[in-house]
Amino acid sequence: MNQNSYLILSAAMFSIGAIGVLVRRNPLVMFMCVELMLNAVNLSFVSFSRSLGNVDGQVIVVFVMVVAAAEVVVGLAIVLSIMRRRPGANADDLTMLRG
Amino acid sequence: MLAATVNSETIVWIIASTICLLGSVGVVGSRNPVHSALSLVATLFGVAVLFVAQQAYFLAVVQVIVYAGAIVILFLFVIMLLGVDSQEDVWFVERRIWRRPLAVVAGAGLAVGILVTILVVTSQVTGTPSADPPSSDFDVANLGSVLFTKYVYAFEITSVLLTIAVVGAVVLTRKAKGAIDLDEFPPDPEADPADEADPADEADPETAAATVDEVAR
Amino acid sequence: MEHLIWLIPALPLVGFGIQLVGGRRLGDPRAGWVATGMVAASFLASVAVFFDLLSRSEEERSITQTLFQWIPVGNLRIGMGFLADPLSITMCLFVTGIGSLIHLYSIGYMKGDPRYSKFFLYLNLFIFSMLMLVLGENLLVTFLGWEGVGACSYFLIAFWHTDTANASAGKKAFITNRVGDWGFMLATFLTWTVVGSLNYSDINAAAVGGSITGVTATAIVVLFLVAATGKSAQLPLFVWLPDAMAGPTPVSALIHAATMVTSGVYLLVRLNPLLFEAGWANDAIAWVGAITALVAATIAISQNDIKKVLAYSTVSQLGFLFLAVGTGNYVAAIFHMVTHAFFKALLFLGSGSVIHGMAHDQDMRHYGNLRRYMPITAGTFIVGWLAIAGVPPFSGFWSKDEILAGAWSFGPSGKVLWFIGLVTALMTAFYMTRQVVMTFFGTERWREVELDPALAATDPANAAHADEHDHHGLTPDHEPHESPWTMTVPLVVLAGLATVGGVLNLPFADGLHFLEHWLDPVIVHPHELPAVPTLVVLAGLATLGALLGIVLAGAVYVRRQVDPSLIEREVFAKGWYIDWAYSWFTGGPGRDAFDATARFDQTVVDGAVNGTAALVQRAGVRSRRLQSGQVRGYALGIAVGAVLMVGYFMTRMGF
Repeated sequence: MNQNSYLILSAAMFSIGAIGVLVRRNPLVMFMCVELMLNAVNLSFVSFSRSLGNVDGQVIVVFVMVVAAAEVVVGLAIVLSIMRRRPGANADDLTMLRG
Repeated sequence: MLAATVNSETIVWIIASTICLLGSVGVVGSRNPVHSALSLVATLFGVAVLFVAQQAYFLAVVQVIVYAGAIVILFLFVIMLLGVDSQEDVWFVERRIWRRPLAVVAGAGLAVGILVTILVVTSQVTGTPSADPPSSDFDVANLGSVLFTKYVYAFEITSVLLTIAVVGAVVLTRKAKGAIDLDEFPPDPEADPADEADPADEADPETAAATVDEVAR
Repeated sequence: MEHLIWLIPALPLVGFGIQLVGGRRLGDPRAGWVATGMVAASFLASVAVFFDLLSRSEEERSITQTLFQWIPVGNLRIGMGFLADPLSITMCLFVTGIGSLIHLYSIGYMKGDPRYSKFFLYLNLFIFSMLMLVLGENLLVTFLGWEGVGACSYFLIAFWHTDTANASAGKKAFITNRVGDWGFMLATFLTWTVVGSLNYSDINAAAVGGSITGVTATAIVVLFLVAATGKSAQLPLFVWLPDAMAGPTPVSALIHAATMVTSGVYLLVRLNPLLFEAGWANDAIAWVGAITALVAATIAISQNDIKKVLAYSTVSQLGFLFLAVGTGNYVAAIFHMVTHAFFKALLFLGSGSVIHGMAHDQDMRHYGNLRRYMPITAGTFIVGWLAIAGVPPFSGFWSKDEILAGAWSFGPSGKVLWFIGLVTALMTAFYMTRQVVMTFFGTERWREVELDPALAATDPANAAHADEHDHHGLTPDHEPHESPWTMTVPLVVLAGLATVGGVLNLPFADGLHFLEHWLDPVIVHPHELPAVPTLVVLAGLATLGALLGIVLAGAVYVRRQVDPSLIEREVFAKGWYIDWAYSWFTGGPGRDAFDATARFDQTVVDGAVNGTAALVQRAGVRSRRLQSGQVRGYALGIAVGAVLMVGYFMTRMGF
């Protein structure tokens, strides 16, 4: 299996994740779609790392995972504190950034 | 593209990618957030399998442990805590009708664009495609040494980042003084959340005093 | 001595500064003495420079002193420079000399006025501006002075501004002058374009050297004529001068007799090489002057206000000056300018003395037999009368005669111009005699004035230095008094000058042509006067004309042989309705035009600006909807943007 197939898969996952972020309103599900996108990216990094014979790609993947973890922690904390006040709120209700 | 020989890797790829795609669609399309989380787990497993197929063993393990094992669990905890397993109407009609088609188009466009770009670029790469490199290149020892020499700054900074994230999470989820404790006053499921006033507005000494009295009692 | 040139304008400026800072503290009369001292010192400086010039040979009589580079911008290099040559020093001498006499006079005249020091502040500023005008080495410094005298004349005419009539008179003067200033500016621009420099020496050299063509020269001269018409009150821009009599009499004497109104003539004489190239523009100047002189004289005949007679007389005499300039007779123009300054200032100050003594009543119908009460005033006034009428051997005769002689030899139209001048001289003698007779001779007509019951309430003694000058204080038992020495001394001095002033340029022998030789370096093309026999005949005719005028006036006003109302026609009294026409136009069709312009400005210009603002605002409101606060909307935007970027990179790949 050459590299391209992995890249195609990665692209497909990425776009599905993107569509998910844009379409879903539940903040948690939106988050999960973001995780999906990150995974797609990880996949493509690893495939490049393999085809170029360079371990740097995998190092980047490590970092991506670390950052994703941190981001999930903070993001869920935010979601938690918002959802406490307004249970059942979804992304459309959070319009405080309105101009 | 598919002109490669059909070997074990191909079969693995086919199966794993099927799992990934089905999982992705599941994440996006499930009504129940718990179903979404489980689909995510499936996807992550598929990705881990693909990592193994590409000889990134360490990453596969880390993927399973960290992602599937910690992050998704975190998601499930939050879902549990908040009780947001209510069904979301995924197919509701958007207020701006053009949003959904546009989203799909954007996503597809993104995919196509990325794909085409990558494929064209990679086809222009000169030089012989190397054979699979020795697996010793990708073993943990090598990974570790690169991590601690070439990328040591990034490494340290990401550690700090994690610490900050933890601190942030604790700060964000602390209950503010005088805030209404949801355990004492569970919210009315029938109430329209948009009607509920911001607790900051209810700074009446009366209500606050009542709350404190209640709590004290 | 040449480095003293800058002192000449600087001293009055210092006086202005002193009055500005400490005038009120100096008070009445010390402020007046300080101001007079400054101008007198300036006069001394002028004398010093004069003697310096005299000591040089003829070719060297031109000193330039540049204080600093005023406007160094690109090719434009304008310095704050002074040019002291015979012409400018002559002007300086009589501006500062007569100026100091008038300052002295004002000490007495303005006594008791609440804004005493402010008057001297403006007077000093005026002298400064006038000196800048005259000493300027280039058109721009002259323009500085030009505008300065315009502004000061506004301040001074409207000095008693609590009466709105005075304020309006000031405004009228300034605005009418502005029309002239427009001409000045255009002429300056044109000169700059053609010559590349604004220095008089460069302009005149270019004119002599032939690098200014006839058409351009004519255009420039015509525009300067417009400027001079405004400043020197010629037709059609003379309407401000009679109204300007609303200012205190010293102001009328200084500004409207001796100095400011002569600046137009000075400008034209300064540019005389240019005038020589200007073809028919010279005829225009001469005819404007002649017609103005005639018309103004007819109006003067029927005026009853003592100052208005003198105002129209000034307009008429300025017409003579223009006539002289137009016929190329520059020396005669300067000669008459100087003598006119003497006798007109004398007449104005004398009338001020009369007004002062008659409780500020200016109507000549209320005068009569004042020579018994004010002998010095009467005596000096009579000297002025004889001078202006052109009776030999007073100065006015010599200068006016030179102008008329010069007109005669100007060419075919010259004879007509000469005739107009002669008739005007006759009328001048007529109305001046009328004035003298009505004021100083005859019955004491104010004794027959019926006491207005409304006026009985006011205290007559109060009116001596009242802010209004109608006949508030004039009662039948009023006893006119002679004026204090500060007022009579200048009168006497000026009377002396008016008598002997003819000495400047007597025509009898070439050796007596002092003024002509003095001004020789400045005048490029000297004018040819007619031969001596013709001169004598013309002089005789002029004298005859003057005497005839006097006799006629005597017949009408002394012997009552002819009914005055035959001569004092309504149309003359109303100034040929010129002023009325202007008012009607600007108030009527003119105003409609102005309103239309204002409406255009409001709807089109303001509309464009406001409309743009409204447009921007509406665009802003619409763009506001982008910021919906909806996170998903933003995310969509990001996604679409990312797609576009990827698309862009795809195109760049060139596949």
